[in-house]
Amino acid sequence: MEKFIQHIGTGVPLRRSNVDTDQIIPAVYLKRVTRSGFEDGLFAAWRNDPEFVLNQGAFKNGTVLVAGADFGIGSSREHAVWALQNYGFKVVISSRFADIFRGNSLKGGLLTVILDIAEVEALWAAIESDPSTPITVDLETRSVSYLGKSLPFAIDDYTRWRLMEGLDDIGLTMKQTEAIDSFEKARTSLKPKTLPIKS
Amino acid sequence: MGKTLAEKIWAEHIVRQVEGEPDLLYIDLHLIHEVTSPQAFDGLRLTNRKVRRADLTIATEDHNVPTLNIDKPIADPVSKLQVDTLRANCKEFGIRIHSLGDKDQGVVHVVGPQIGITQPGMTIVCGDSHTSTHGAFGALAFGIGTSEVEHVLATQTLPLQRPKTMAINIEGSLKPGVSSKDIILAVIAKIGTGGGQGYVIEYRGSAIRALSMESRMTVCNMSIEAGARAGLIAPDQTTFDYIKGKPHAPEDFDAAVAYWSTLFTDKDAKFDVEVSLDANELEPFVTWGTNPGQGLPLSGKVPNPADITDTEARTAAERALVYMGLEAGTVLKSISIDTVFLGSCTNGRIEDLRAAAEILKGKKIASSLRMLVVPGSARVRLEAEAEGLDKTFIDAGAEWRNAGCSMCLGMNPDQLAVGERSASTSNRNFEGRQGKGGRTHLVSPLVAAATALRGTLSSPADL
Repeated sequence: MEKFIQHIGTGVPLRRSNVDTDQIIPAVYLKRVTRSGFEDGLFAAWRNDPEFVLNQGAFKNGTVLVAGADFGIGSSREHAVWALQNYGFKVVISSRFADIFRGNSLKGGLLTVILDIAEVEALWAAIESDPSTPITVDLETRSVSYLGKSLPFAIDDYTRWRLMEGLDDIGLTMKQTEAIDSFEKARTSLKPKTLPIKS
Repeated sequence: MGKTLAEKIWAEHIVRQVEGEPDLLYIDLHLIHEVTSPQAFDGLRLTNRKVRRADLTIATEDHNVPTLNIDKPIADPVSKLQVDTLRANCKEFGIRIHSLGDKDQGVVHVVGPQIGITQPGMTIVCGDSHTSTHGAFGALAFGIGTSEVEHVLATQTLPLQRPKTMAINIEGSLKPGVSSKDIILAVIAKIGTGGGQGYVIEYRGSAIRALSMESRMTVCNMSIEAGARAGLIAPDQTTFDYIKGKPHAPEDFDAAVAYWSTLFTDKDAKFDVEVSLDANELEPFVTWGTNPGQGLPLSGKVPNPADITDTEARTAAERALVYMGLEAGTVLKSISIDTVFLGSCTNGRIEDLRAAAEILKGKKIASSLRMLVVPGSARVRLEAEAEGLDKTFIDAGAEWRNAGCSMCLGMNPDQLAVGERSASTSNRNFEGRQGKGGRTHLVSPLVAAATALRGTLSSPADL
């Protein structure tokens, strides 16, 4: 995974709350067996509307998506994260994220940043009045800065460290094989197994 | 201080706990389907990793599969590739799979409970957000993404931040015509789509205790629609009776029951949040908007966004009414329906089919609509056919299909057309969820059946 330390980019204002993962990428686009090529499906239904923010020239090159509350609700599809990344987004800012989406994004290196709703509103206003406003998202200092403002955000130390080092979660867990072995030895035999098949 | 049920299960599964790091949790059962697993298997191959516990893993085909002509190759080549990829991956890594045509093929969350492999006290994961369904057995069960699927395949563990706990207390008894689907729709309308975010919900109270296992599964299934990754119910005699005799029920059943009987929230345990609902007050529920929190009693009217004070909720309601093609103030029961869908991991089990069949028996559905009846699994289909339910549905004018996710999500041939309006027993009314431009009203099986007969949204009491 690529290291994430700091990102400087421009924003895309998505003034909608409850953006579910079926909107981020509809089910019909989930049929690929690879991790790439999902950008076509990103917000597929909404992109038919010429007024939709991603269809506006001014926001074409934005890399920081600024969305309403409860972003990423619904299906657990990690394709939603891949679609945003494949399209070019590096950061999503919202006042609240759905748990599974947030987990998926932080595993895959798409930084999800939680700001107060008032701060999101202010950021929308700034981006809309000047789409070229540079936004700096810094994991080192845990802050979002634009137009001289610096807004702190919270992220747990462990996830921050993992993202800044670009570490693969599985590789880290593989170092705990001994602990897993001994847990399994002590595990109750009452728990079911899928094999052999009983019918 | 005592522990809540969720805290007990969590504590029993900690492989490693270090200050400042997520807990490493052992996973007892990993369910797999074709959509969220191919990239995970690819990851294993790239890193030369093995599946650690194939004997705690099980796969089935559900999201992509057609519900007609299942003896023929899948017509959509991209869907076919995804299903073929799952079959090849399971073969390569030695994982049990139930493919189309097998009696245990079906929606992954119907399959686990029906073979008795979903049991109290377990940690269960699947690359599907409705994994919360299994919480009905007193298991800690939640949906995960594909990176986590790969993690579980490789290590049988997951690093997780401990969630907070929420109690939802539902006391009283349900009126006739009101079901567990109405309970959960009312819960979501009350706490919102983000209300459970960061929590594990425990459903408690006399109304929950009185529910059958399958009804409990409906409640837990939609926990994620309230934002909670997991929802659970303490196991009791109803749970034990349901598991007994199933293929994978424990051989030493008494020992298992003795263990399961320790799985409850201690009297002196404290939840981070408690919410209460009066079951006596509940009515049949229906959603009018484009998220599951936008629901109301069926006796009501489409709300007027102007009456909503919260700006975001008002904007969302305005957008929802445009998408749904509804006017504020419209009587909900006057809304005409084009398609009734009975099925899904929420309401595709045998009891759901029985409840709907009882209403339809000897009657005909309205000529203005179509009704799809899709059993949650091949086993449910066989059971229904043995009871003659298929004949009831077919005689009423409904279509009797094979098992799969079907019209719950627009990924297989069963979809709504642009502007088509459904009354659906599934779990999500998001824009385009059942097909691009489709309009979804979430309802219980009882309301679905009554609606099928009358052509407009209806409760059984209207018949």
